[in-house]
This record gives sequence, C-alpha cells and structure tokens, in this order.
Amino acid sequence: MVEKRIRVLVAKPGLDGHDRGAKVIARALRDAGMEVIYTGLRQTPEQIVATAIQEDVDIVGLSLLSGAHNHLFPKVVELLKEKGVEDILILGGGVIPEEDIPFLKENGVAEIFTAGTPTGKVIEYIKSKL
Amino acid sequence: MDLVQRAREGDRRALARLITVVENQEPEAVDFLQEMYPHTGKAQVIGITGPPGSGKSTLTDKLVKELSKRGQKIGIIAVDPTSPFTGGAILGDRVRMSDLNLDENVYIRSMGARGSLGGLAETTNDVIKILDACDFDYIFIETVGVGQSEVEIINAADTVLVVMVPGLGDDIQAIKAGILEIGDIFVVNKADREGANKVVLELQMMLDLKGEKSGWETPIFMSDATESKGIIEIVDGILEHFTYLKQSGELWTTRRNKLEKELLAIVSKKLYTQMLQRVKQEKKLNEYLDCIMRKETNPYSVVELLIKDLMPR
Ligand SMILES: Nc1nc2c(ncn2[C@@H]2O[C@H](COP(=O)(O)OP(=O)(O)OP(=O)(O)O)[C@@H](O)[C@H]2O)c(=O)[nH]1
Ligand SMILES: [Mg+2]
Repeated sequence: MVEKRIRVLVAKPGLDGHDRGAKVIARALRDAGMEVIYTGLRQTPEQIVATAIQEDVDIVGLSLLSGAHNHLFPKVVELLKEKGVEDILILGGGVIPEEDIPFLKENGVAEIFTAGTPTGKVIEYIKSKL
Repeated sequence: MDLVQRAREGDRRALARLITVVENQEPEAVDFLQEMYPHTGKAQVIGITGPPGSGKSTLTDKLVKELSKRGQKIGIIAVDPTSPFTGGAILGDRVRMSDLNLDENVYIRSMGARGSLGGLAETTNDVIKILDACDFDYIFIETVGVGQSEVEIINAADTVLVVMVPGLGDDIQAIKAGILEIGDIFVVNKADREGANKVVLELQMMLDLKGEKSGWETPIFMSDATESKGIIEIVDGILEHFTYLKQSGELWTTRRNKLEKELLAIVSKKLYTQMLQRVKQEKKLNEYLDCIMRKETNPYSVVELLIKDLMPR
C-alpha cells in the first residue's frame, strides 16, 4: 500500500524579514495535496541543505526578496552537490529581475517564478516534473 | 551496501530515505524493519504533547540542545495534522528548531499524520524504530494535543511530557480530563506570563486527587522556553523517569503490553486488507448489490453470506 506524497521544503534564505509570499505558496502547495516543510525566516544555505536532506524532500523552493539570489540560490545548489544530492528539484521565487534568470538556470536552479506568478502555474510545473 | 547499513553507520541521506520508504509503506519497508528490529529497544522515547501553540517545539528545541551538549544523540519526529480534504499538510515545527539543523548529534523529521485520526501517523511507531536502530539515545515526538488525539502518544512513548500554558481559560478542564492520565511529567510553559502559578496549583490539586498509581511521583515543572529558563530541571526529570522505569521493572511490562497491542494491530490490519480484497473480488457481489437495490434481500443478510463464503471450511 504505497502512500507517496510530494514533499517540498519552502525556505527563505537571506536577511529580508517578509515571508508572506513564501506562506502563500506553502498554503497553495498544501491545498494541492503536498507536504510542505516550512522553516521560517533567515535560513543559511547550510541550514537549508541540512533540512532538505533530513526531510528527504523532492523539491526545495527558495523565496527571496532581498536581491541576494545570484549568490544564495547557486550556493544551495553547490552545497547539495557537495553532499552528493542531485535528485532534488530546486525552484526559485520572489523579486527576481528577468536578466538574472538565465544565470540562475545555468547554475542549477530548475525554474524561476517571479513575484505575482499564479500559484496554479507553480503546482502545474511541479506535477509535470515528478 | 544497503540502506539500513548505511543509515546505521551515520549516513543521514540513507536514514532519511529509509524513513520515506517506511512512511510511504513501500513494499521493501517490511524487509528493512525486520533487518533493524534486533537493534531497537535502547532509546528513551519521549512524547511531547499539549495544546496548539503552547510552546512544544520551542521547548523541544531547548531540551534537545541541552542533551546534545551532554554528548547525546537525539532524533526528533514532529507530527502535524494532514488536511482530510486534500491530503496535504504544512509542517512548521522546524521554525522553532532552526539552531538544531546543523547539530551533528540531532536528526529532525517532520511527518504529516496522513490518514490517521489520532495525533500520530500510522507509521510513526516504525519511524521511531528506525531512529532507535540507528543508535539515537533519545527520540522526541511532538504531537498536537486536541481533546482525545493525544492519548495515542502513550502507545509510542516511554515518557509523556504534557505542556500546559497559563490563560487557556475554561478549556483547561476539558484538556486536563484526558491528559491527566497520560502525563508522566507536566510542564507549565510560558511561565513569564500571568497565571502560571495558578495553573501549577490547579494541576497539583488534580494530580493529588487522582492519586499515584505507581511509584513515580509526577513532577510539575515551570519553564520559559523562549528564554531557556527551567530547561535543565526538565531534562533531569526526563532522565529520572527513564531510570525509574528501568529500576521498577515498569519499562519491561509496559513495553510488553504495547508490543501486544502493536502485534494485534498488525494482524488485524493484514487480515482486514486480505479479507476485504477477497470480498471485492467476489463474483456475485454485483448480483447481490442489484438484489439489495430491488429489495429482494438486505445488506445484513448479504454480509452474513459474504463472510460465510470467506471462512475456511
Ligand atoms: N512568552 C513565551 N512565549 C513562548 C514560550 N515558549 C514558546 N513561546 C512562543 O509561543 C509561540 C508558539 O510556540 P511553538 O513552540 O511553535 O508552539 P507549539 O506548541 O510547538 O505550536 P504548534 O506546533 O503549532 O502546536 C511562539 O511564538 C513561541 O515563541 C515561553 O516560554 N514564553
Ligand atoms: Mg510545534
């Protein structure tokens, strides 16, 4: 009797103090039947990676408003690789300028959802990938 | 090397994957559990329960930090409710345990209760066994206590710690009715708030009325978990309870009683699934349904027929 659930870590790296966007997406994913591990504000890339491994998630969703995404997102990817983890899908969200997206994708972020993306699109994307 | 061996040698990814296999009740789960079973039984399992928002996660964070400082290995299982409509869940207990993420002595796992109606998931007991077999010295289980659901925790834990807070108003009576029996240790958290002393007194009175049914005198502690106040006393209380259980012989008898319940539960689940499967395959089932719809017979008679057909002759 297999009861597989999609498990998603929704994490907020960086120093900005808002997690409204992260909470909106967390609730939307829950309503789509997923298990969402929510870890709160100001997580370091090291903490995010440790949590992703302990929780054996399928997806890590990183949400950021502060502009440090070009540093923090690739850092999470790199640390995961260091630990030998390459089968977790990394998604980015938040306030991210169009021109940064190609760089992030080259550095291991599977997809970027900029602020204002309907949550339905994110869910559709996840379901198509798993 | 197989998953179990890797997990037992400290590979956290292997441990995490093992838990997923068991949590999803994948076919290999039983083999893994069989392999691990001989290595279980050493850990002290501590259940942390109490009303929503009472500070269970904050308190667990601080208790575990203290045990880790003493060189112990600790596993934490944080169970949150699953939405009965969508099957989804938000598992948010780690918000209060951020400092433990990078502690090498600590492993934290969040679980949705999934189909289970009580405070634990159906597989929580198996996840406890995995952590036990991987040589964690202490296993904490956090579960929300609302009414009856927290009673499940006594089947999983050696030591049940009930967290109370001031200012619950009239609810306290209702909550206490169920938890008074299950608590081995009580903690009045948020002691920085008004009314904490009153809660301690009320609890003490109710415990006195109940009377001790064993040689363990149920302690009541106060804490301010956010400020790490009262933590060391609680940790010592938890350790003392385990010593008491071992020395009095209660550990053996209660674990044996739980084992009996668990064994019967596994048997009944297996029988139920197998039998139901056979009923569903019954060729005459559709015919029966039509007959009942036409009122030629009734569900009660059909049930008798179905069960009679299943019984070995
Ligand atoms: N004043 C005060 N606040 C506390 C104390 N302990 C926890 N809190 C706060 O109470 C709130 C809830 O704490 P949690 O640790 O998440 O409580 P919980 O029981 O795990 O909550 P659920 O898992 O949602 O049921 C948080 O805002 C904590 O900071 C305390 O001793 N004093
Ligand atoms: Mg909690």
